[in-house]
Amino acid sequence: MTTENSSFGLDYAPAPESASMVQFDDEYGLFIGGCFVAPKSGQTIDTINPATEKRLATVARGDAEDVNDAVAAARKAFEEHWSSTSGSVRARYLYRIARQIQERSREFAILESLDGGKPIRESRDVDLPLVAAHFFHHAGWADKLEYAFPNRDIRPYGVAGQIIPWNFPLLMAAWKLAPALACGNTVVLKPAETTPLSVLLLADVLNDVDLPPGVVNIVTGAGATGEALVKHPDIDKLAFTGSTEVGKWIRQSAASRHLPLTLELGGKAANIIFEDAALDQAVEGVVQGIWFNQGHVCCAGSRLLVQESIAEDFTDRLKRRMESLRVGDPLDKNTDVGAINSAEQLEKITELVNAGIAEGAQMHQNSCKLPDKGFWFSPTVFTKVQQSQRIAREEIFGPVLTIQTFRTPDEAVEKANNTPYGLSAGIWTEKGSRAHWMAMRMRAGVVWLNTFNKFDPSSPFGGYKESGFGREGGIQGLASYVQDSTGSF
Amino acid sequence: MASQLPIPKTFKLFIGGKFPRSESGHTFQIRIPNGRLLANAAKASRKDLREAIRNSRSAQGGWSRRTAYNRGQVLYRVAEMLDARREEFTGILIDGGSEAEKAKSEVERTVERWIWYAGWADKVVQVLGSVNPVAGSFFNFTVPEPTGVVVHSVPDETPLLALTSRLAPAIVTGNTSVMLVGEGAALISMSFAEVLATSDIPPGVVNILTGSVTDLLPWALGHLDVNAVDLTGIPADLPDELLTETAENLKRLVYGDPLAASPEVISCFLEMKTVWHPIGR
Repeated sequence: MTTENSSFGLDYAPAPESASMVQFDDEYGLFIGGCFVAPKSGQTIDTINPATEKRLATVARGDAEDVNDAVAAARKAFEEHWSSTSGSVRARYLYRIARQIQERSREFAILESLDGGKPIRESRDVDLPLVAAHFFHHAGWADKLEYAFPNRDIRPYGVAGQIIPWNFPLLMAAWKLAPALACGNTVVLKPAETTPLSVLLLADVLNDVDLPPGVVNIVTGAGATGEALVKHPDIDKLAFTGSTEVGKWIRQSAASRHLPLTLELGGKAANIIFEDAALDQAVEGVVQGIWFNQGHVCCAGSRLLVQESIAEDFTDRLKRRMESLRVGDPLDKNTDVGAINSAEQLEKITELVNAGIAEGAQMHQNSCKLPDKGFWFSPTVFTKVQQSQRIAREEIFGPVLTIQTFRTPDEAVEKANNTPYGLSAGIWTEKGSRAHWMAMRMRAGVVWLNTFNKFDPSSPFGGYKESGFGREGGIQGLASYVQDSTGSF
Repeated sequence: MASQLPIPKTFKLFIGGKFPRSESGHTFQIRIPNGRLLANAAKASRKDLREAIRNSRSAQGGWSRRTAYNRGQVLYRVAEMLDARREEFTGILIDGGSEAEKAKSEVERTVERWIWYAGWADKVVQVLGSVNPVAGSFFNFTVPEPTGVVVHSVPDETPLLALTSRLAPAIVTGNTSVMLVGEGAALISMSFAEVLATSDIPPGVVNILTGSVTDLLPWALGHLDVNAVDLTGIPADLPDELLTETAENLKRLVYGDPLAASPEVISCFLEMKTVWHPIGR
């Protein structure tokens, strides 16, 4: 496929990564007690490549009975050995996992792009390095917990149920597994319906490093599978990353059972550009903020707030830059924006974008020709946006940016915080005092000053308000997987 | 002689630094264990609760933006004001049914607890925050911030120390609090409100409502301008299903040991904010 770029009249020869280096099975069972077993449900789901709509593999659709088996295996592993396995031994397992992932990094990256639609440039350069780093970082905590929690008598919860989304499948698995295992919990992990393959390949790694059976169990499936895990009476801790809507339902279920919970939910982050910002850098930051991973990012900078004095100039620069983005084959190393993860998500994005047009906002799109097959959405910017419009208030979870303006720092704070979400915020200014003044006032868990969408295992990530609670990463993230011996949390 | 005839006191609510009656006009009687009428107290309504939450919200921004040094001094001032009235508060606890030695000790521990938490004001960030060694050219740090407006259900046992042990760790970092106090703890709590009112605690930072916690708490659980609910003194008869109400705005649920004192209690009322900035020439 040749991608034309109309702004510069340049053609790019295709530079596809070969899919042949990754081997995966045609059919997968559930990973319970250290081996793959056929689901008792007898049901399966086909997982497809969203860029071609072709079937990649068939995976199990676990039901309540399957979840029960997985929880029982996790319980058995916890009681029989994992809870008494020393921190230094747990550390060894995590280090070994990290190393194996580094060794097989390209393979995982290709599979992540095949199954999820994200550009290989991102799965190769962002997702996989962070996955390995996350295991490596937490490995070192496993035998140092008494220093992380001084003057406390802490212990693991026991069996942790973990439900992860489809936008960063393997990375979210790493964010969940690494701290849980480091702190001595065992896990039942449920990957997303549309992106199970990289997590199933991870099961290979877990066996290769001889992680004892039952310490990590993987139950694939859809909403009902997740529901069975949430409602299972024998889990001691629940962690969920996904939509605020589902998160609220999980909270209802967990709260009445006093079940310890971590939620990492949606966002509608402001990315704020002051007139004194380094404008070209800020343009790149906005691109990184909204078009990274097709905008399938909970902390995406989806609401651009530009100071009025530079709004026209900045919008022009951004539109020019948007036009240079290459949309297409996720396995092509030149691709900037890959495929939308699923038909369902494409429909949701389309519906919200249509609402934006109907409510009077003005749409601007990249003119890149989209492939005939697969799920695609062009990078999109809306101007003439009112706060009352749905595109300005609801999480779109796609490559769609709204632009609004402000005059004063106070107005920027007011507008940025005018949302029930509170996951992240971006601020662009060359004035240090103002950057920190703004950062203090953002009701958000992660604030990027003159940068955006940066992640690190030592850097705690998580939301304020309806973006959830609990942190992942760093010493603060560890706290989500230990309890005081008194049992209070 | 008329001067020897006791004067039963009329307690009201403590909202926004003032002592209003309940808008409902409802009251209840506080009697000492042998049955003699000691005081009347206000039975707070849903509307009183809303008013208290509104005052908490108004006060929160300003309180959280004060310097930690200043908040520490304000909490220390509470200890000073209570310490000056130790004997009076011991007597009130005895009136409420406590044994003399236990009452004396409870007041002393309460004074000590205010001093202890006062000292935490400018240490929380250093103990719970961090500078994070990210793999890249960035300065990255994590700081705790107050979660916002907290509604507490205050335990009935050891009421003065329990109220302090839930309130002080919440407000020391810049949260504002609404304390829901049952009838059994009304006497000491509203007396303590008078200590707060004459200390330097700004109006609205602490609000105290007396009455039925079982009646009031469900409204707090469902209120969309409440950031956290402290369930330490949750009434045993409150159905667990009511906690599902907290899902609507995902307010934080806090559980704890009623008399615990530790930085972990402080951390229950905090959010962690992580800030990134590039490093370059």
